[in-house]
Amino acid sequence: MGGDRGMSNHEQGLAVLKQAEVEETLKRIQSHKGVIGTIVVNAEGIPIRTTLDNSTTVQYAGLLHQLTMKAKSTVRDIDPQNDLTFLRIRSKKHEIMVAPDKEYLLIVIQNPCE
Amino acid sequence: MAEGAAQTCRSREVGVQADPEAGPARPLALLSPVDYVGLRAFLQRVEEPVIRELDKNWKSHAFDGFEVNWADPNETVSCVHSLSYPEAQERNLQVTGVSWNATGAVLACSYGRLDDGDWSSEKSFLCTWNLDRRALNPHRPDLVVEVPSAIMCLAFHPQQPSLIAGGLFNGEVLIWDTSRQEDPLIWRTGMTDDTHTDPVYEVGWLRDSRQAHTFRVLSVSTDGKILVWQEERDGLLRPASGFALVQQQIPRSTKLKKHYRGDMAVGVTSLSFSHFEPSVFISGTEGGYLMKCSTAAETVALLQKGSSVPLRAPAQFIFSLHGGPIYSVSCSPFHRNLFLSGGTDGHVHLHSMLQARPLLSLQLSKKYIFSVRWSPVRPLVFGAASGEGEVQLFDFAKSSQKPSVSIRQTSNQSPIYCLEFNPRQPQLLAAGDGSGTVKVWQLSSDFTEEGPREMSHLDQLANEVTD
Repeated sequence: MGGDRGMSNHEQGLAVLKQAEVEETLKRIQSHKGVIGTIVVNAEGIPIRTTLDNSTTVQYAGLLHQLTMKAKSTVRDIDPQNDLTFLRIRSKKHEIMVAPDKEYLLIVIQNPCE
Repeated sequence: MAEGAAQTCRSREVGVQADPEAGPARPLALLSPVDYVGLRAFLQRVEEPVIRELDKNWKSHAFDGFEVNWADPNETVSCVHSLSYPEAQERNLQVTGVSWNATGAVLACSYGRLDDGDWSSEKSFLCTWNLDRRALNPHRPDLVVEVPSAIMCLAFHPQQPSLIAGGLFNGEVLIWDTSRQEDPLIWRTGMTDDTHTDPVYEVGWLRDSRQAHTFRVLSVSTDGKILVWQEERDGLLRPASGFALVQQQIPRSTKLKKHYRGDMAVGVTSLSFSHFEPSVFISGTEGGYLMKCSTAAETVALLQKGSSVPLRAPAQFIFSLHGGPIYSVSCSPFHRNLFLSGGTDGHVHLHSMLQARPLLSLQLSKKYIFSVRWSPVRPLVFGAASGEGEVQLFDFAKSSQKPSVSIRQTSNQSPIYCLEFNPRQPQLLAAGDGSGTVKVWQLSSDFTEEGPREMSHLDQLANEVTD
C-alpha cells in the first residue's frame, strides 16, 4: 500500500485526492490561533508530516511518542478497561497536545493565551 | 512642535524581509511511503476534538499566575567568588575586562588602567580561574600571563575553550592559548603599519562568512579602525579586511550637522554584532554617536593611511547622541531590532535599529555606565555596571524605570568596568572593578527563568514609535 507501483490510474487519482485532503486538514489545524507547530508521527515514532524544522521535529516526535506510550500503558495498568484518549502537557512556554491512535499521533504545539 | 530628522546613506542593496508564514505541512525527506487513506481517516477523527481543545486552551486563563517550584528558588543575589591577583592589586591595576570561556567553567580577567590617558608602558596581566576546580584559590589564578602594555579588553573564543584574544593600550592585538602553560602567546599583530595607533577598546570573534567553523579576531580602536585579523605565519596576525569610520562618511542627521575639517577619524569604543543578521553590527563611538554598520558595505573609506588592506566605510544609520563616549553596546539575543547602549553620561539607552531616537533612556548612574549586557536567558533582563561600583539588574517585566536589584560590589565607590553573564550557567554574572577584584554573582531565580509572555512584551517594547 502507498507506493505508486501496481496502482491503476483511478487508484492513483484517489491517492492524490486523499493526500490533498490530508494537507487541507493539517493546514486548518496549523492556522488555528496560537499554534506554533503540527507534527504527525507514525506508529514507529517516525515523523511523517511537520510544519517545524527537521531537528525540532525529530526531537518532539521521538520524545512525545515515548511519553504517549508510557501514558497509555499507565492508564491501561490502572484500569485494563480504560484507555488513553488525549494527552495535554502544560509548560511555562507552551501547551502540547497529543491525539493518539493505533497508527498515528497528532502533536500540536500552541502558545498560552495572550 | 514638529521636528523632522532625515538621514541619507547611499546604498545599492535592497533587502526584503518576510516572516515565515504558517505554510503547509512539509513531508520530511527520507520517508517511507505514506498510507494516505489511513492518515486521512485518522485526521478526520481527531480534527474536531483537537480544534476544540485548541480553542479552549487559547481562551483559558486557568493557569494564569500558576507557578511550580521544581527547584529551591534562589531568593537573593549572592557573591559566590571574589577573585583577585594580589600582585596586580599592589600596582593599583584595575580589572578592564572579563570573559567566560566556551565551556562556562573558566573566567578570565585582564588587568590594566582605564583612568590614565597617558601612553603607559606599565606591564599588566591576564589571569584565568577555573571555577570548577576543587582547589580554587581566589587569590591565585590558574594562569597568569604578563603583558608589556595595559590590556584594555579581552574575549574568549566562542567554541575553543582555551583560546582568548586581548587588545592592548598600545594598539596591539594578541591571542593566547591558555592550555600552553609555558608560552601561551600564540598570535600577535606586532607593531606594524597595520597595527592600531590608538588603544584597542574591544575585541571579538567574527564568524567567517564562507567557513562556518572559522572565527577571526576583530578589534576596534579610537583610531577609527575596525580590523579583522587572520593568522599569517611566525605567530603574526595581519589584517584580512577592515573598516574605518570617518566623519564625512557618516550618514548625517540634519540635526547633527557639525563642522569638521580634513579626514577626521571617528574613534570606536564599543561594538556588538546582531544575533540575527551576521553582517550587521552596532558601533559606539568616542563622540557619543551610535551607528548601525554593515560588514557588507562596499564604499571605500576616506581614511586609508597605514593599511595594507582596503578599508571600507561601514556606517549606514546613525542614532541620537549620548552625552559622552559609549563604552558598551549589546544587541538583544532575543529581538532582531533591539540593542542597548551605555555611556559615560550615566545613561543606558534602549534602541530599536529602525529608529534614531531611543525607545527608553534610563539614568542608571550619576557618574558613568561602563558596561551593559543583555541576559542570555531572560529576554527582558539586562545588567549594567556603574561608575559608583554597583551592578544593576534591570527587568522590564517588573519596571521600565528603575532597576529591580542594585548590588554594591565595591566598598570604596570604585567603578565597575566590565560585566559578563556566563552563557553556559546563566545564573552566574562576573563583574570586574577598579579595585582589581572580579566578583562572581549568583543571580536569584527570577533573573534566570523566563516568564510566560516575555517575548510578546519585548515585541511591544520594540514597536514603540519615538521618531
